[in-house]
Amino acid sequence: MTDDSPLGLVTAVVTGSLLLLGAGLAATGALGLLRLGSFYERLHATTLGTTLGMGSVLIASMFFFSVLQTRPVIHELVITVVMMVTTPISLMLLVRAALYRDRREGSREVPPAP
Amino acid sequence: MTRWLPFPSAAAALFAMWLLLNERVGAGVVLLGGVLALRAAQSLLTLELPKIRLRRPIAAAKLLLVVFREIVRSNNAVARIILGRKQRTSGFVRIPMDMRNPYGLAALACIITSTPGTLWVEYESAGNTILIHVLDLVDEEEWVRTIKNLYESRLMEIFE
Repeated sequence: MTDDSPLGLVTAVVTGSLLLLGAGLAATGALGLLRLGSFYERLHATTLGTTLGMGSVLIASMFFFSVLQTRPVIHELVITVVMMVTTPISLMLLVRAALYRDRREGSREVPPAP
Repeated sequence: MTRWLPFPSAAAALFAMWLLLNERVGAGVVLLGGVLALRAAQSLLTLELPKIRLRRPIAAAKLLLVVFREIVRSNNAVARIILGRKQRTSGFVRIPMDMRNPYGLAALACIITSTPGTLWVEYESAGNTILIHVLDLVDEEEWVRTIKNLYESRLMEIFE
């Protein structure tokens, strides 16, 4: 990073750290899909990328483009809200489908229907 | 509310989203966004949703802070579980609920599912209980207390 860079060291370091944190969490979630045992356990791993992982990348994006364009760029907030509302829906659909099939098969690992 | 503005908070949220996506405030943007938000809110009437009253914005903001803190904390915990070799058991916990408000339950479902380490599995309306899956289950009673004290009491304050 040279002195005549349009960004400056602080922006580069902050953006880079946030992106690395987000990417690291997404990678950890993907690794969790591989390492965890059952279907229900694996679903927990995916939420790493969709919560703090996504949050870090979006904050990095907001910070980077706000500095670059010298005005507040905050439309990433819409992505945050839409992700927070839609991710649980798909996860719940998956877990309900798995629970339904496990109960039909008479699996002992899931609690019986009330 | 009225026939022209049935869901004011939904309309306001859609309008704010429109402005954010356009990134500028001009007469045309405001007019088009306003009409779209109004029409979208009116179309919600066909779903025949139960009435919603959002009171206590301060309590809602406090809840948002709690959720944010828990998401950061449990991201760390789940990442450690995935990367480490700790012995642990996962399992289901059934939690009796006091809250019956459908919006409150929907919000709780979103909160529990988006917090890594806990997963909303089902809601059983006859006994008013919920079933969650916990990745690192040590003490069932503690989870019941945590969910009720941390989230349910605050959500009841907001929605009921």
